[in-house]
Amino acid sequence: MEQSFNPYLPELATVIKIIDETPNIKSYRVVFDDPEKMKTFSFEPGQVGQLYVFGVGEATFVINSPPTRMEYLQFSVMKAGEITNAIHDLHEGDQIGVRAPLGNSFPYDDMKGKKILFIGGGIGLAPLRTLILFMLDNRKDYDDITIIYGSRTPLDLCYKDELREWESRSDVNLILTVDNEYPGWHKRTGFVPTVLNEVAPSPDNTVAITCGPPIMIKFVLQNLAKLNFKDDHVITTLEARMKCGIGICGRCNIGSKYICKDGPIFSLVQLKESGAEI
Amino acid sequence: MAETGFLPKEKIDGFLEALSKDALVYMPVLEGDVIIFRPFKPGNTLCLDRPANSPPKSVIYPQSDVLFSYNYKKETDDPKKVSIEIETHMDYPKAIIFGCRPCDAMGFTVYDRVFIESNGPDTYYQGRRDETIIITLSCPAPSAGCFCTALGSGPANKEGSDVLMTGLENGFLFEPVSEKGKAILAMPGIEGGSQHLQEAQKKQQDAYNAVKKPFPSISHTEISRKRFDLDEFWHKAVSKCVSCGACTFLCPTCYCFNFTDEQTLESGERIRSWDACMFYHFTLEASGHNPRATRFLRYRNRVGHKFLFYPEKYNGVIACCGCGRCIRYCPVSVDISEIVSQLRSPE
Repeated sequence: MEQSFNPYLPELATVIKIIDETPNIKSYRVVFDDPEKMKTFSFEPGQVGQLYVFGVGEATFVINSPPTRMEYLQFSVMKAGEITNAIHDLHEGDQIGVRAPLGNSFPYDDMKGKKILFIGGGIGLAPLRTLILFMLDNRKDYDDITIIYGSRTPLDLCYKDELREWESRSDVNLILTVDNEYPGWHKRTGFVPTVLNEVAPSPDNTVAITCGPPIMIKFVLQNLAKLNFKDDHVITTLEARMKCGIGICGRCNIGSKYICKDGPIFSLVQLKESGAEI
Repeated sequence: MAETGFLPKEKIDGFLEALSKDALVYMPVLEGDVIIFRPFKPGNTLCLDRPANSPPKSVIYPQSDVLFSYNYKKETDDPKKVSIEIETHMDYPKAIIFGCRPCDAMGFTVYDRVFIESNGPDTYYQGRRDETIIITLSCPAPSAGCFCTALGSGPANKEGSDVLMTGLENGFLFEPVSEKGKAILAMPGIEGGSQHLQEAQKKQQDAYNAVKKPFPSISHTEISRKRFDLDEFWHKAVSKCVSCGACTFLCPTCYCFNFTDEQTLESGERIRSWDACMFYHFTLEASGHNPRATRFLRYRNRVGHKFLFYPEKYNGVIACCGCGRCIRYCPVSVDISEIVSQLRSPE
């Protein structure tokens, strides 16, 4: 039989660099072993991929390097279970399988000319990073960019080099916070939703994009509503256990929508329509 | 496709033998008190008396299927370097499903939309589907729990079949449905069937009239969304459910799956297996969070998938064929037709 595209077949790739982000998060830069695949591969900001550790299994992660920087694909992985533990055991030079791109993407065209408010918590900065870097690479298309980002302690902040760079830029307003006082930390303290209230960004011509732990998202959405953000100007990403990544295997559906295929990015309008519980 | 064929009763063994010359013929066989689809071989007893206990879905969608295998290759000039080679196996044998029921055949059309038309094509499913001919037997009488007519189908529905057979006094009438089915009429032993058509149609109509209708025919979903969203409704409706998953494994339209990985020292396989949305672990996330942690949430999703979510995606088509197996073989007698009936009644 003639071999047609096989959606379950991973593409072989090699880990070229591993970056320790926090005590339990590492970033993996991978390149496809087939140079032609690396050259022709394209994706949209926000799309995800399945990383496959041979013999162990697959899990879904956002491609958190932007399509404007295609030397490698970056995935950030927090240790949480069997597969992420196996990924943390990988070394530079190891081969893995990648199925990507999967899922939908941020509606970055609709955001052109608007003010952008990113609200992230912990590893939730990963999908936002893709869009932030993409927007910084197309800076003139967007108005003010504000990033509110928090984690439990300063040690748990991801992408520290980039945080320093964004902090130094005049065209980015970066607000960092950690949950509690910490020795040597002289910036804000307090939970992300509280800091959002304190900063009180204007909803005028502003799109808010949030990603983080479910409990953080829940209160961020409540506070955005209090700040008069309209539902169609609020965007978040959802997570669920996923296997196939193409909307068949049955795990990640919310009603007739599959997070792996129709998501992971949804506007608050879409979430309310689907009856998703946040 | 006007021609029909007739196979005299006494020629059926020869017919199956002829079919099996260049295809794997799966037929319902009595094993103990269970009817199950097995490959044809002399000595196996064909049993067409009642629908098989399990549908023949595994012929096209195997319960366990190797998606690919891989090997670790050590590079000869650099002993520290190991690389992986992936291999797929996608040569499928010609197969014939003989003697399944119209509900079983219709089940494959539910899969076709998912695996071929909108998410794929799924190379493994399509490969087997293309190589398989489905010869269906119209139901002579309903079994307990059958409710196909309430879903717009019926005991002689041709959807999904390549040939529809109807059992008569002295043999079987063959009505071809597809081009693949037309070729079956040229097999040895098949005679002209036009003089038996009227008798067959009478049998088909009698069977249709005998099927119970727990609710009037629905061509698209008419479920009360308000009741569907009500926790109390599900607590009461499925209080007996033990989450065993039997309903899903015996269902001709359920297709949830899992991947597992098996590895020895130098090689391994990625395997796709049937899974069930009724199991607690199905949606359990690594964080410990489980969006469908209770039996009622899982059962609600199962009914929702068949009667609301699938129709939403596929032009109102309901992903249930009314075969009644989930009712007949549920250890605690949960009745999906009763539940859907309640979901349809006025608020």
